[in-house]
Amino acid sequence: MARIIVVTSGKGGVGKTTSSAAIASGLALAGHKTAVIDFDIGLRNLDLILGCERRVVYDFVNVLNGEASLQQALIKDKRSENLFILPASQTRDKDALTMEGVQQVLSELDQLGFEFVICDSPAGIEHGAMMALYFADEAIITTNPEVSSVRDSDRILGILDAKSKRAEKGLEPVKQHLLITRYNPSRVDAGEMLSVDDILEILNIPLLGVIPESQSVLNASNKGVPVVFEEQADAGQAYQDAVARLVGEDKPMRYVKAEKKSLLKRIFGG
Amino acid sequence: MSNAPVLKGSSFTLSILQLFDSDTDRALAYLAGKVSQAPAFFAQAPLILNVEQVEGDLAFARLKNGIEKLGLHVVGVVGCERTAQQEQAFAAGIPRLRPGSQGSELDIPKGPARTAKASKVVRTPVRSGQQIYAKGRDLVVLGHVSHGAEVIADGSIQIYGTLRGRALAGAAGNGDCHVLCGNQQAELISIAGNYWLSEQIDKQFWQQQVLVTQRDDALQMETIRL
Ligand SMILES: Nc1ncnc2c1ncn2[C@@H]1O[C@H](COP(=O)(O)OP(=O)(O)OP(=O)(O)O)[C@@H](O)[C@H]1O
Ligand SMILES: [Mg+2]
Repeated sequence: MARIIVVTSGKGGVGKTTSSAAIASGLALAGHKTAVIDFDIGLRNLDLILGCERRVVYDFVNVLNGEASLQQALIKDKRSENLFILPASQTRDKDALTMEGVQQVLSELDQLGFEFVICDSPAGIEHGAMMALYFADEAIITTNPEVSSVRDSDRILGILDAKSKRAEKGLEPVKQHLLITRYNPSRVDAGEMLSVDDILEILNIPLLGVIPESQSVLNASNKGVPVVFEEQADAGQAYQDAVARLVGEDKPMRYVKAEKKSLLKRIFGG
Repeated sequence: MSNAPVLKGSSFTLSILQLFDSDTDRALAYLAGKVSQAPAFFAQAPLILNVEQVEGDLAFARLKNGIEKLGLHVVGVVGCERTAQQEQAFAAGIPRLRPGSQGSELDIPKGPARTAKASKVVRTPVRSGQQIYAKGRDLVVLGHVSHGAEVIADGSIQIYGTLRGRALAGAAGNGDCHVLCGNQQAELISIAGNYWLSEQIDKQFWQQQVLVTQRDDALQMETIRL
């Protein structure tokens, strides 16, 4: 059975799409057949970050409306043969997302032998976000180290516990993972941001990874290359660690402590 | 259709002033202290004297006067066994009552034992935006109650994790209920409609294990060890 994983947050702009692209790419690189679906109907970001926007012919809504088959709409990633992207429609309206339609697409992906289906959720707790999380087996709760983001993540966790298919059917609860993104240890030390421990204390779910705030993320998304491909970049390595943990490996957390500036750097700046 | 008056029996909950000796000044001072803590609760409230333990003569009239000055009304006396005492009470205009059963001193509410219905047990954390209501019974939450979450019970509430949201016990008006939590960072705590907002809660109780009860119509918080 495919593992259906929603990347969600409640709050907007915290790094869901960046994380969906990075994690889906990382899983594919590790040899797992992975599909990533953009549920943010009307915006279309995922294909930009994955650098495949020019190859979009059909999209998720076309499939839901029966205007194209799933195979026609899935875009094969140019970097990894294991990664497929189902882009969102830029023109359609999100009412096209129906429970039956989404279920149909997910079960077809399962039949096609996908191991992982990553669902990139829109922000908020409206219809699009509900559709993205409803069928999930697991959830990656994307949180920035600030109070409002943590609050919204808490809210989403409550919705997963109460309104997901697993909750409604009384099945084993949705497995929850915490992904802290845009983490800046020196700002945490300065008391300007919540620490990993503060966030864990409030949300109380297992930690999947901590992604540092990094220029490399912006560079990567401007180039249309998910940041996991930047092997030297701190954020790229942190995403690789998170992917490894997702498939059951044990990895120590990196980039959670502020870098000690060397004396020379302190004197000469840097 | 007859509108003629009828005589019926009924029972009421009344406060009883339990006396142990004939020191009326001390009794009045004690009562004055109670009244000042909860003036609204005692305003024109009926009061019963229990003189069962009192050995010597009691200045009933003096006591009755003092009590009335505090704004309460003495409506009866119980435990009045000796004839002399009965006459003194009668002379002061205090009727003698024979209680059906002996009440004990009002004490820490026995929340869980009081309700026959089993407690509602919540095993998952109560997250922001969620509301849990234990109708007609106690509520036990094994995890945290987040900011923006609300737990409500007609009985008592026991939260073994951190309470960051709102907890409302005795929602149907039972003031004997309590709220217990493993780590107090509450937005609001209420018993029978009597509530404290976080800013009203003394700082010494922040992040502590606490028990909140209601006594004389006022909330009381104490730190406890679980
Ligand atoms: N680790 C990071 N370091 C620096 N910038 C980041 C990081 N992660 C994400 N960003 C930037 O934050 C912005 C929002 O990211 P992204 O689009 O992934 O968020 P989102 O949660 O999908 O937003 P939306 O709610 O609008 O869908 C982007 O400009 C992205 O490049
Ligand atoms: Mg997005």
